[in-house]
Amino acid sequence: MAVEYTWPPRDQTSVLGGSHNKVDGTAKCTGAAKYSYDINPDQMLLARALGCPHAHCKIKSIDTSAASKVKGVHLARALKKPGDEIRWQGDLVAVVVGETEGAVAEGLAAIKGDYELLEVFVNEEDLKAAEAAKRADKSGGKVQLQNEPEDENKDFENQEIERLFKEAAVVVEGYYGIRAITHMCLEPHGSTCDWRDGKLTAHLSTQNVSGTAGQFAGPLKITTDDITVHCDYIGGGFGSKFSADSWGTKCAELSKELNRPVKLMLDRDLELKNAGNRPSGFANVKIGADDQGVITIWDSHHWSTGGFGGGSVPQDVMPYVIVPPNFRRRVTNVKTNTAAARAWRAPNHPQGSAMSQTAIDDVAAKLGLDSYDVFLRNLVNVKDRGDVYAEEMKIAAKLIDWKAKWHPHGKGPAQGSIVTGLGMAIHTWGGGGVPSGCLIKIHPDGGVESFAASQDLGTGTRTVIAIVLAETFGLPVSAIKVNIGSSKLPASSPSGGSITVASVSESHRHGGLDALAQMKKLVAEKLKVEADSLVAKDGRIRDKSDPSKGLSWKEACSLLGMNALEVKGRGAPSPKSKLSSSGVAGVQMAEVAVDRETGVVKMKKFVAVQDMGLVVNRKTAESQIYGAMIMGIAGALFEERILDPKTGAFLNAEIADYRLPRLGDIGELVVEIYEPDSERARGVIGLGEPPVISPGAAISNAVCNALGVRVGVLPLTPKQVLDTLKARKA
Amino acid sequence: MKAFEYAAPRSEQEALEFLSADRGRTEVLAGGTDLLGLMKKLIVTPDRVVSLRQVGSLHTIDADSQGLRVGAMVTLEELLDHPASAQYPAVQQAIRSISSQQLQSQGTLGGELCQRPRCWYFRDGHGLLAESGTAIAEGDNRYHAIFGNSGPAKFVCPSRLAPALIALGARVRVIGPNAEDETVMPLEHLFRTPKHDQQREHSLAPDQIVAQILLPPVGERGNASYEVRHGAGPEYPLVAAAATIVAIGGVVSEARIVLGQVAPTPWISAEAAASIISLPVNEETAGAAGDAAVSVATPLSHNEYKVQLVRVAVKRALLLAAGLETGGF
Repeated sequence: MAVEYTWPPRDQTSVLGGSHNKVDGTAKCTGAAKYSYDINPDQMLLARALGCPHAHCKIKSIDTSAASKVKGVHLARALKKPGDEIRWQGDLVAVVVGETEGAVAEGLAAIKGDYELLEVFVNEEDLKAAEAAKRADKSGGKVQLQNEPEDENKDFENQEIERLFKEAAVVVEGYYGIRAITHMCLEPHGSTCDWRDGKLTAHLSTQNVSGTAGQFAGPLKITTDDITVHCDYIGGGFGSKFSADSWGTKCAELSKELNRPVKLMLDRDLELKNAGNRPSGFANVKIGADDQGVITIWDSHHWSTGGFGGGSVPQDVMPYVIVPPNFRRRVTNVKTNTAAARAWRAPNHPQGSAMSQTAIDDVAAKLGLDSYDVFLRNLVNVKDRGDVYAEEMKIAAKLIDWKAKWHPHGKGPAQGSIVTGLGMAIHTWGGGGVPSGCLIKIHPDGGVESFAASQDLGTGTRTVIAIVLAETFGLPVSAIKVNIGSSKLPASSPSGGSITVASVSESHRHGGLDALAQMKKLVAEKLKVEADSLVAKDGRIRDKSDPSKGLSWKEACSLLGMNALEVKGRGAPSPKSKLSSSGVAGVQMAEVAVDRETGVVKMKKFVAVQDMGLVVNRKTAESQIYGAMIMGIAGALFEERILDPKTGAFLNAEIADYRLPRLGDIGELVVEIYEPDSERARGVIGLGEPPVISPGAAISNAVCNALGVRVGVLPLTPKQVLDTLKARKA
Repeated sequence: MKAFEYAAPRSEQEALEFLSADRGRTEVLAGGTDLLGLMKKLIVTPDRVVSLRQVGSLHTIDADSQGLRVGAMVTLEELLDHPASAQYPAVQQAIRSISSQQLQSQGTLGGELCQRPRCWYFRDGHGLLAESGTAIAEGDNRYHAIFGNSGPAKFVCPSRLAPALIALGARVRVIGPNAEDETVMPLEHLFRTPKHDQQREHSLAPDQIVAQILLPPVGERGNASYEVRHGAGPEYPLVAAAATIVAIGGVVSEARIVLGQVAPTPWISAEAAASIISLPVNEETAGAAGDAAVSVATPLSHNEYKVQLVRVAVKRALLLAAGLETGGF
């Protein structure tokens, strides 16, 4: 019998798509869950790194001799040599290993660095300054025009663009931006490495259990079979924890050298300075639109920095989602003395959204039109899922009561100094899976286990796997024992780009259905019926139409004999797969209040309507969206990396100084999952990134609607708002 | 953190004996919410830490006709919950605004007044005067001083209670190694603008401690605090103002207005106070007091927005002290 790899219809599910607590929720809430930072093997030594105090310099010397003599210090070592160039503040220059935190701290303080200072540039917002400092790369870009030149007109592009602007009913020009932020993982990057008998166990805080073991092999001069990477729980990664990193492999080397387990987690300031930041983005945008607000021509130049060597926000997210038939876009990469950017939840999309969907809203403002109508009309310029956006907009508008609350930009009623406003934005993401493996074991006593070198970023991977297998075998979720978090298990996907749920759902459903086919065969032989006539439901494998005819799951498993049934799952997401798919839409609407006198912005209500194909676990899906909205509020109103303009020092690289929202800053959050049959039929699609994209633009648009003035650059802090209002007055 | 000796004296006298006259050799531990962070970052590196936790005389609150006598080790939460503190809404509002259960229940009144500045250059090891003020003047000074900043000191006094307490006329009892060191002085004298790196931002000698805060009875004075905060968290406000007023026949006869987070010390705005005398408190006069307060402001390169925030904070603190609606959130 050929197995058909599909999901059951909505009305025939037992646990799939329900709202389930996380299977590891209690462990996480009670502290029983051990994160990498919690791993403290016997005889463990502590290691800490020293960051370079200068953002750009050449090493003259790093003297660790005094540090080596501190009582309790086992080793102090330079990580850079004379002549090496340091290109951002906090780059690791030395490491100290000792018995206690105090000894290590004293050791670090005793290290003497001598540096030759070099010119620093960190003023990423000022393109002219970057060009003057020779820190701006040559611009790239793309022009797309519907008309073609009739002859050899070399100036056709300029003339055509000029013509389109001239013919536009309205032209809007603006400056928009979003400052760099860090990943601010609550658990910093690092590991506890345990070298024993020629083998390494690395307890690494990682989003990539399957892919990091090999990175230790070279530095330790062993092969990957002697390495286990372990990560049961991770305290935040957001795209910054795919690699073992230099400090990870260094920790392993130190464990080998000292023949003791060593823990090396980055200090908070070094975490922020080294281990992940999201590129900033700044743009000059000019838009031409018809009198209904439909964009006819887009012309933008944006610049951004991904650090000294990192890339900037690429050109293809400008304009974002709404792409008119005629556009010109230019991008310039600026090099600053900051650490290389890392992928940050929905890489580049939040910036593209914040730099372009704000500009689109300014078209509505200039025409005195309702932003909702302008976004809706511009869906003609959306390549995919225009109908989904339209439906989601309708739902979101109803949930936020858009029609009743709407007023033209800056024309709302004021209560003293308080004005309110509405704003919206739309987004897109992939979220398809990648080929991943797993092993499913069904024991003769009825026990079910699964094994995959996946990881749980906190969002519920274990629970998703348990639900998929429970649905497949007709068992309760609690009956499935999920094993993830070790590189010795069958290779699975890293967790980034929202690929995990589609990947593990494919592999486990695939393997689960294969295993079930074998179970059905055994039962069919026993009951002398056709295997095709059987279903697994309610803890039994039984006849589809006659529930009394069948065996309990346990009885069925006893037919396996002495050994467990082991089945490999091989999920291979493809356009043909009915289990998973890729590509989502999503709409968010924000209602804010702004105090015009203080520039303080408060969230009143925030609505997210999100499609994700087929929902596996409604509760964790909603949680993902809540979390993304809060993270988005952080970027819109609070977070920014603040650098000293002269020295390049990262000034707010501490939790006390790096502003984040608290519960009192969140307002009311409303989440609606859009899952009509047409979406459900697409199968599972990842959800991690999409809902974090729109908040910046939606909130900026709401603030603009309240004030009647565009505060172009995020985050919208009181300073940013007041400075903008003041400049406007002047 | 550098290794250190830990002393846990049981009396004021014993505590004083453990303290060194040399700056930096010893540090006083109250609630520890600031000191621990400073020690971990090696900003202060004492050889000995003297905990005041077991000094019983520093933990009491006494209320009588002379007002309130609050021990330096009284926690912010204990002060907030004490029935006698209800007459000082300015103090209660300031404590509530700290909005961190941990800071309220662990932080002490003495520690709140003696905490070190949050200036990020100071906290990054560049010294209190940020290498003579140049790092701040040329750097990112968005949270720095807009008053009293012409010298090298450009940090702001971080205390959130000092403006309210000073506006209320609080005095502070300071004790030292000798009996004659004991002094009771206006609280504002505890703070000073340091001129060189050997000076701290408090007038205490290294071997002196704050023992009690003495709050006079509130009498006829209306009083209030208003902080402009960026968010609901425990982060320090962008600016703050506290006001006390006596209004007779609808017009103000006495006023004291003290600003926080705007100068190296709590900033007593004589200009704001003078502007409201003989006038009724209303949106217009309170606004004018705000304007008067900022007439002497000297913002740095990145903190002009704080001038506007001071205007608003003064206006709203005055309106609140007069029992009127303040507007805002």
